[in-house]
Amino acid sequence: MKLKHLTAGLAALAIASPIAATTASAYELTIPSLVYRTGPYAPGGIPFANGYADYFKLIQERDGGINGATINFIECETAYNTQQGVECYENTKGQGQSKALIYQPLSTGITYQIIPKAAVDEIPIFTMGYGRTSAANGTVFPWIFNFPGTYWDAASGMVNYAAAIEGGADKLAGKTIALVYHNSAYGKEPIRTLEELSKKYGFKLEQLPVDHPGQEQKATWLQIRRMNPDWVLMWGWGVMNQVAVKEAASIRYPMDRFIGNWWAGSEQDVLPAGAGANGYLSATFHAPGASFPLHQEILETLYDKNMGAGERGRVGEVLYNRGLIAAVWTVEAIRKAMEIKGSNEIIGADVREGLEALDVTEERLAELGLPNFTYPVKITCAVHSDPGTVLIQQWDASGGVWKVVASGIEPDRDVIAPLIEEDSAAYAAENNITPRDCN
Amino acid sequence: MAIFIETVLSGLMAGVMYALVALGFVLIFKASGIFNFAQGVMCLFAALTFAGIMEKTSVPWPIAFVLTVAVMVGVAWAVERFVLRHLVNQEPIILFMATIGLAYVLEGVGDIIWGSDVKVINIGLPSGAVDVLLDNFDIYLDKLEVFAALIAAVLVGFLAVFFQKTRIGRALRAVADDHQAALSVGISLQTIWVIVWSVAGFVALVAGIMWGAKSGVQFSLSLIALKALPVLILGGFTSIPGAIVGGLIIGVGEKLAEIYVGPMVGGAIENWFAYMLALAFLLFRPQGLFGEKIIERV
Amino acid sequence: MLYREAGQFKSSYAADQAIFPIAQDRWAVWAFLAVAFLVVPFFVNDYWTNAILLPLLIYGMAALGLNILVGYCGQISLGTGGFMAVGAYASYKLMTSFPELNMIVVVLLSGGITAAVGVMFGLPSLRIKGFYLAVATLAAQFFLVWLFNKVGWFYNYSATGQINAPDRFLFGFQLTGASAQPWVKYLFCLTLLTVFALIAKNLVRGRIGRNWMAIRDMDIAAELIGVRPLMTKLSAFAVSSFYIGMAGSLLFAVYLGAVEVGESFGINVSFLVLFMVIIGGLGSIVGSFMGAAFLVLMPILLKNFMVDGLGLMPVTAKHVEILLMGLLIIFFLIVEPHGLARLWQITKEKLRMWPFPY
Repeated sequence: MKLKHLTAGLAALAIASPIAATTASAYELTIPSLVYRTGPYAPGGIPFANGYADYFKLIQERDGGINGATINFIECETAYNTQQGVECYENTKGQGQSKALIYQPLSTGITYQIIPKAAVDEIPIFTMGYGRTSAANGTVFPWIFNFPGTYWDAASGMVNYAAAIEGGADKLAGKTIALVYHNSAYGKEPIRTLEELSKKYGFKLEQLPVDHPGQEQKATWLQIRRMNPDWVLMWGWGVMNQVAVKEAASIRYPMDRFIGNWWAGSEQDVLPAGAGANGYLSATFHAPGASFPLHQEILETLYDKNMGAGERGRVGEVLYNRGLIAAVWTVEAIRKAMEIKGSNEIIGADVREGLEALDVTEERLAELGLPNFTYPVKITCAVHSDPGTVLIQQWDASGGVWKVVASGIEPDRDVIAPLIEEDSAAYAAENNITPRDCN
Repeated sequence: MAIFIETVLSGLMAGVMYALVALGFVLIFKASGIFNFAQGVMCLFAALTFAGIMEKTSVPWPIAFVLTVAVMVGVAWAVERFVLRHLVNQEPIILFMATIGLAYVLEGVGDIIWGSDVKVINIGLPSGAVDVLLDNFDIYLDKLEVFAALIAAVLVGFLAVFFQKTRIGRALRAVADDHQAALSVGISLQTIWVIVWSVAGFVALVAGIMWGAKSGVQFSLSLIALKALPVLILGGFTSIPGAIVGGLIIGVGEKLAEIYVGPMVGGAIENWFAYMLALAFLLFRPQGLFGEKIIERV
Repeated sequence: MLYREAGQFKSSYAADQAIFPIAQDRWAVWAFLAVAFLVVPFFVNDYWTNAILLPLLIYGMAALGLNILVGYCGQISLGTGGFMAVGAYASYKLMTSFPELNMIVVVLLSGGITAAVGVMFGLPSLRIKGFYLAVATLAAQFFLVWLFNKVGWFYNYSATGQINAPDRFLFGFQLTGASAQPWVKYLFCLTLLTVFALIAKNLVRGRIGRNWMAIRDMDIAAELIGVRPLMTKLSAFAVSSFYIGMAGSLLFAVYLGAVEVGESFGINVSFLVLFMVIIGGLGSIVGSFMGAAFLVLMPILLKNFMVDGLGLMPVTAKHVEILLMGLLIIFFLIVEPHGLARLWQITKEKLRMWPFPY
């Protein structure tokens, strides 16, 4: 009987909670954060979530919010699971005065899930460098933003880096490039572009899928040993990365010919392999390390007062910085939205306007405490992904740090643009979307 | 030819790694008829505790190892005291479900105490290729896996002696044969269960360290149980040699399939191939290769 | 006192064999259905439908299907996720190839296709038993997921292998797609579930259900008294897969709208549905729903209670939630190993005596 009362009480709470919103005097901006700090992908999810949370906390503590509007930051745990992600989305989307302003799902599955919903609920989705590549086409996907680069930019950038090391794009002809990928929607993303590029440059593309979770990859790496490719590209996430780096080191594959994409290049991915991982490369779109003024500010404002989201020593890790830059762009978009509206009482639709007018220059980045941290971004109504420029970083095992070894690598836009056009047109046709006019 | 040899060798080694995990299942099933779903999580929990103790206190690894064994014995005691004792004589599927509850509990406790970050096991385990083979014969073999195979051999030897020669081992076998007969000659079921679960915890720790050395200790470690299941049904739930032989067959079979058949059909077939292989064996021997013959009477 | 059957006399065989022979039960069920059909649709919003009710109904359907196989016929299966995937991909292909097809037909056809696949993977059950069979059905699970991931035809050669449910209408109301009204989705799933729960109830108390149970209790003995194991086991696989296929179809088309096979129909779904069946009660229709309710609602309740009620950090709450789920499972098994359905039955027995139990 007691149990029944308890469940009844719990049920009442559950019913009440999505509605129970705190009402404060100042306008509140609801920023939900879908995170995964548990489950198989937690090691990647934790630093990102910490960076994302720390920046909003910093803005709240230092500036008292964005232009005087306080930030209502709601973290919701998804465990990288689509259904829990949906629960989080539905739970948070209506909270607070402003309702949810923007989502950063950090999971391909959840992203695909909420892409159609976003248009109906009028909340922009910022899938920073992941999710559906063709969302870069703003005419078909008005609510989805995936700057500063797509998987296709990354794939092309990685190939162009390989070309540069080989001594020119013409040297790629006859070479073999192997793609080791997570056997899921995420991992399959680059295939289409790489196939096009292999036609253009004449290299041979070998595809090697690895099933979730990727604990055991012996067969994959024996195949690589046999085909002895000139380059190995990897689209991995979670435990797959650590095992792949370790196996590559074991078969003595030259690590400076092994490039991970930007979700396969963090400290956690290389540490378990120890010294063997030295020289491993990965693409990225921002600098690693905690040497920027913004990091100092975060350490002083938050971590000195024990208010940081994570451990002090891990501020500046690759994925922490990625969460940080995601938050920086988000806040800039919100500021822009307030500027356009002329008031700080904005809603999701205004943030979309702000995103489409986003123009974060190098000067602005320096003002924010991130000089030379990433490339300037300029978003318009039609272009939701810009600039697509890729950095390559390399792991230095003795120092335990990532170092940028190549920057300013431009993707082959002439190859990617038609592909984006084609894929987004297919989506529009399938879902009866009329591309909007952006002129 | 080198490729074929290399594939078979790697398959054998991978098989040993699977067998290490499968051993824990067999021990518990043999002694108590419980299909212990929590075995994978026990590997994770043991490895997490081991890595966590080393990280937090920086004691040398043998001490951390002993402490972890103590923790696993504690887990075994708690499992017997709070779960199994209350579920004596229930149907196998109910006990199976109870171990699922146990898996949740261990996962939750592990997360709460040690967090979900990747932990690195750094106790000087060998890594990289066996140089002699690679340099002279162009055959690749992972040192860590050779080492794991040695450990597994020692472990199986130790278990064999333990089961065949010691008093406790005999009692264990008596319980496995017939619970009630064992009870009637004065063997305490409860003690036996604690011992069996402790040994399974120990095996889980060894397996957890070996797998954890490859990938770092993280949640995914608990999913290696899925690689042990085909091994288990192929070898039979009740046989330790079965676990080893089953592991070897599965390991070699899936590697050969992935490398020679995989490219034709798009790759990543080894997961389901292992199960299909086990299924094919089962159609001929429904109790697994070394399982006890199932005799049914009306 | 209120729940007493004294004075209720049955004057026909039909009344004696009714599903709910006790009048109070009948009224309670009618009242429950009336609330579910006539009241709830006016109050549901996006959160209630998408986060609570749809998963509840759909997993209820899947658990019902699996319970027929595991609970009534005694064949343990861990291929549920794979069979749900068959249902989902079947409805995707049907929806995109025949845009005019009525959604009810789509769901039923998806169930039918899954039933055929289920029978195929049920064949080993004639030789393999118990946990050996459970692990063998994992072959189906892994193979089907691999197949849908690999063969482009199943996902119309889209770049990533994700499938998206196109907008479809039923009687003029939008049923699938993002702008579908919550109450339409809810009523659609509820109606299907109610109809098929009734069919299941009648199946299991008829000849075919009794055959299943005979096989479950002892297959050799059943064979001796003239139950054909081949037909019986395969029919259980077929019926069970039909339900599971429908659940997969609804999960994809109505609930999620976009799925990726490895994520939405992976091995963890197989385990989850099996947990529901065991926790709810093997061989009980109402138990399937209780199990689904327990495993769908409890995590959300615990989460909302701990995060909003106690103000815990979401991550801590998640860890504690996993721990508590484990403890609750063990607790309920110790209190009543035969599942929540049995607990419910005992409560009713006690209620009949109340307030004078002696």
